[in-house]
Amino acid sequence: MRAPVTDLPIVLEDVSFSAGGVTILDRISLVLVAGSPTVLIGPNGAGKTTLLRLVMGLIAPTRGRVTWGGREQASPTHRAIVFQRPAMLRRSAAGNIRYALAAAGVPRARRAAHALALGALVGLTGLERRPARKLSGGEQQRLALARALAKEPQLLLLDEPTASLDPAATKAIEDVIRKVAASGIKVVMSTHDLGEAKRLAGEIVLVHRGRVIESGAAETFFAAPKTIEARRFIAGELLV
Amino acid sequence: MPGDVSALQLLLSGDPALLAIVRLSLIVSLSAVVFGGLIGVPFGAAVALTRFPGREAVIVILNALMGLPPVVVGLAVYLLLSRSGPLGSWGLLFTPQAMIVAQTVLIAPIIAALARQTVEDLWSEYRDELAAMDVGPLGRIATLIWDGRFSLVTALLAGFGRAAAEVGAVLIVGGNIDGFTRTMTTAIALETSKGDLPLAIGLGLVLIAIVVVVNAAAWGLRRAGERLAG
Repeated sequence: MRAPVTDLPIVLEDVSFSAGGVTILDRISLVLVAGSPTVLIGPNGAGKTTLLRLVMGLIAPTRGRVTWGGREQASPTHRAIVFQRPAMLRRSAAGNIRYALAAAGVPRARRAAHALALGALVGLTGLERRPARKLSGGEQQRLALARALAKEPQLLLLDEPTASLDPAATKAIEDVIRKVAASGIKVVMSTHDLGEAKRLAGEIVLVHRGRVIESGAAETFFAAPKTIEARRFIAGELLV
Repeated sequence: MPGDVSALQLLLSGDPALLAIVRLSLIVSLSAVVFGGLIGVPFGAAVALTRFPGREAVIVILNALMGLPPVVVGLAVYLLLSRSGPLGSWGLLFTPQAMIVAQTVLIAPIIAALARQTVEDLWSEYRDELAAMDVGPLGRIATLIWDGRFSLVTALLAGFGRAAAEVGAVLIVGGNIDGFTRTMTTAIALETSKGDLPLAIGLGLVLIAIVVVVNAAAWGLRRAGERLAG
């Protein structure tokens, strides 16, 4: 019997990414392993989103290499991403999930029941027939999460999933993230909200100006940061 | 106005000649919309989603072809279908089929150009999501056409409006033969030149009414669809 294909660990070796002559990520080396959520923190424009897109495989590094479970070419079958502003397909909430299930190769006969279950998992019960574009920001984020989970991913990437959401919507998203992480899915997410990072992170990666400044266990990072940038960021000072 | 009264009488009495002209006009224009849509929508979507050398030139030409003069299209199709032309053996000249061909040539670029813009706008919104979901090229095109369907209806309407209103192309390739290739626009031109204003006005009113009804139906369909699908 063959071992199941896994995308973990994800290894970034000396990875840089440039666009239009601007270096967005600069010689980043990072290993993402199974386990508790990894949270990328840093100010806006630090390169967190680009890093997530590289890990997802949506863009290729201009220098260095990324490997998924030791493979350089790995289709995103086992990875899913929720963007900061997810695009809602022009169909109902359930229709969006069913679309993602179809894209993931789930047989048609199983899609309706599966879509209901995923909707319930993210707290959208009762909203299945509502047009996705007419949902609130928080509901759209949860729908995007359900869509991402349709793939049954090993790795779930979340780009500032609670940005511009109110506390109630933020709590709803964070609850789902905890459930997902507890189910064994590796979560890698970005945020510039320190409170959220403290609530969710098992591991922290501080990104600033396209470089990884510091990374390690969340408890250690917040209790005893090693770098000036980390100390300043935790103290609430502006990193520019 | 006696002309207006006569036109109304013609309409209300269901004048067979008038009805035949209306029927043929609708058949020709709607057929051209169907064929123009079948050619224009996939072509526009393909141009929107692919990158190839000369793509910008194709877009410029496509946009320019939206203003294609109907008489030039008529002339080109005439040369193609005339007895000595490359497709002369098909014997289509001065038939409704030739008129459908001419109108299809006229409106396919309009539908393609508008479809390209619609699909490209939607693609810039969906690109990352569809890539993340690992949706293949054909799946992407199908998704974008389906999700852009309400905007694409507008493209088809633009094509229908152009087809229903044009006179030059159908006149050249159809010949305006009474009872066979006479459409509303060619009949209006002929009856006006003959001085038979009641029929011309009647046909004009029917033409305007058809365009309004088709646009209203499409608008209602679009609103209902948007309400249901978002």
